[in-house]
Amino acid sequence: MNSSIAATDFTGDVRHLEDSRFAVPGMRCAGCIAKLESGIGGLAGVAAARVNFSAKQLAVSHDESIDDRALIAEIGKLGFEAQPLSVNPLGADHAERRQLTRALGVSGFGMMNIMLLSVSIWSGAADITRELFYWLSAMIAVPVVAYAGRPFFSSAWMALRHGRTNMDVPISIGVLLATGMSMYETVFGGGEAYFEGSVMLLFFLLAGRVLDAMMRDRARAGIEALLRQQAPGAMVLDGIGATRWVKAADLKPGDRMLVAAGENFAADGVIEDGSTSCDLSLISGESAPQRRTADDTVLAGSVNLSAPVTVRITAAGPDTIIADIARLMDEAGQSRGRYVRIADRAAKLYAPAVHALAALSCVGWLIAGAGWHQALTIATAVLIITCPCALGLAVPVSQVVAAGALMRRGILVKDGSALERFALVDRALFDKTGTLTLGRMEPLGLEALSAEQASVALALAQSSRHPISRALHRALKERGVSPAPVEQIGEEQGRGVHGLYRGARVALERPAQDAATTGAATRLVVGDTHIDIMLADGLRPDAGQAMARLAALNVPASIVSGDREEAVTQIATALGLPAQAHALPQDKIAAIQALQAEGHKVLMVGDGLNDGPALAAANASLAPGSATDMGQQAADAVFTGDSLVAVPVMIDAARRTMRVVRENFVLAIGYNVLAVPLAILGYVTPLLAAIAMSTSSVIVIANALRLRSCAR
Amino acid sequence: MNGLLILIPIALGLGLSGLSAFLWAMGDGQFEDPDGAAIRILIDDEGPGDVGA
Repeated sequence: MNSSIAATDFTGDVRHLEDSRFAVPGMRCAGCIAKLESGIGGLAGVAAARVNFSAKQLAVSHDESIDDRALIAEIGKLGFEAQPLSVNPLGADHAERRQLTRALGVSGFGMMNIMLLSVSIWSGAADITRELFYWLSAMIAVPVVAYAGRPFFSSAWMALRHGRTNMDVPISIGVLLATGMSMYETVFGGGEAYFEGSVMLLFFLLAGRVLDAMMRDRARAGIEALLRQQAPGAMVLDGIGATRWVKAADLKPGDRMLVAAGENFAADGVIEDGSTSCDLSLISGESAPQRRTADDTVLAGSVNLSAPVTVRITAAGPDTIIADIARLMDEAGQSRGRYVRIADRAAKLYAPAVHALAALSCVGWLIAGAGWHQALTIATAVLIITCPCALGLAVPVSQVVAAGALMRRGILVKDGSALERFALVDRALFDKTGTLTLGRMEPLGLEALSAEQASVALALAQSSRHPISRALHRALKERGVSPAPVEQIGEEQGRGVHGLYRGARVALERPAQDAATTGAATRLVVGDTHIDIMLADGLRPDAGQAMARLAALNVPASIVSGDREEAVTQIATALGLPAQAHALPQDKIAAIQALQAEGHKVLMVGDGLNDGPALAAANASLAPGSATDMGQQAADAVFTGDSLVAVPVMIDAARRTMRVVRENFVLAIGYNVLAVPLAILGYVTPLLAAIAMSTSSVIVIANALRLRSCAR
Repeated sequence: MNGLLILIPIALGLGLSGLSAFLWAMGDGQFEDPDGAAIRILIDDEGPGDVGA
């Protein structure tokens, strides 16, 4: 139905086609799909364009005549912002989910057909019919178990080989023993077979696994769409004054690069020509722009704010400060790998108990004088009854429901283990710039402008792409100001924008030197009057409310920032939090480790490159959607939007999830406590086992569904 | 008993056809873009070479 693609036909012309994928977060409706597919699909050199609306991605199959940059420009012409994605970074995860779903389909088929046969046996099929049905069940069950059980068998085998145990060990033993016993009964006749039990167990458990994998894939796709992934690079000047685009990885020390206002520096270097202000907030956390003129050093990852400069590269690629931070992050992330998930912790207690119980009942019945055959049958029944069917669902179902609720709230959780770790958090550390603050400049004191001044300022600001102009433009637009009819608007690089309004000269200019040293500012000139407008990085709108909710959750917060003392103190007093200023990435890790040494579980909330190592070292970490790619990749969860309330919401939702998970454990184990005595005494029939298994699963799922509204 | 010889293959055949339909749908990517499938129906088809139905 929907399989057709917008395509240009190449008649009999065999070309080498490349596939490119783009994240297009701006698509919202059917019209956007049609526009993108017909607009891009119709371009020369493009064979096909296909939108994946769920993932907000556009896949384009094209030949060499059109490259990614050209395609992004074309998508831009259609009115969408696009980011290139690497061809299939999720391929491995995807394959895992597909394999699990296929196994789920196969076990579902097996379960239904075996159940059909089993119901007739339970309702009294006898003699040859019964024997025939058992054989048919065996013929379905054995291949189904062999295929659908593989994920469990291989995981259990891995655990056993490393001398550990996990949930998959009792599952695998239970399934294999039940199938083996049933096979024996079928061949030699007599007893009852548990084929439907073992296949049903696999079906329920696979359902849990598939949900788990789906949650992970969805969150990753969402985060991928947020990443800028802009292949960093620079316009490099060659000897004769021409420029060409060079990828960051190919830049060499000694190259001269031209960096326009608003662009990132792709490598560390020294300014040769020009002077500008740089935004270092992503590297050091400093919010105030830094003035840089000839012979000053600039760092990769910082943003050139005001004027184009020529930079001679001193260090590129693995020698830059960014690369150092990345190495620090890798080391810091290793400690988190030691976290043991709650299901595996439960299995550590549960598996030995269950196996001991089964062995004991076998021995008990032997001592009581029963034959080998009867004792083994009862031991198998015990294993089947205790097999952690509901236990295997208890964790993934709760986490999937919670993650879905959080996703609707704009919080993308990368995996279930992150939810478990968030629930344990009892200390929070916040980065300042870009986390507690918006990380973008907001003009202050706009109320002081008259209506005329405001509309002149808007008219000037909207004609320039300078960061200060853009901030002013956005802020004035939000206030509902409409632009004044300013004529002869011109922009002078490094000086400002100017024009004529009712015969008078109007301008947005660089202010006097004293104002410039305290932070970003611009001077609005209207005729003879002039007003200095200061810009500062403001607090997120509901930061105070978020801190109050955190305190109510018993999570004391504090600030670790790389910024200057004064800037940090200002925010810290506004929020009433203790603060540490001038923190290097190493200091942030040290602060986390000091808290961890006291036995606290630490949550790190940060966005910058300098937060990356701390995000990886903390017990749990959260990054805003505006964070650097590195920050988002290091964090366990990413929240979109400006609201910092996402932090307490996330912790609260995680705690409620764990509460439900624990309830589910109690429900699942409680049912075992009731059923196990019956099994030990030999009263459990396959019918009883099937009923018990499905009801306990349904109860656990129903309980987990209560989490649908957990993210409020 | 004779009825069973007909009914059981029918039951198994139905089950298998359901399974193969599911596996085909997965391999064909039918589950890749559920939200897109839901709203593509709203696209107006205009002109030849445009997005098909």
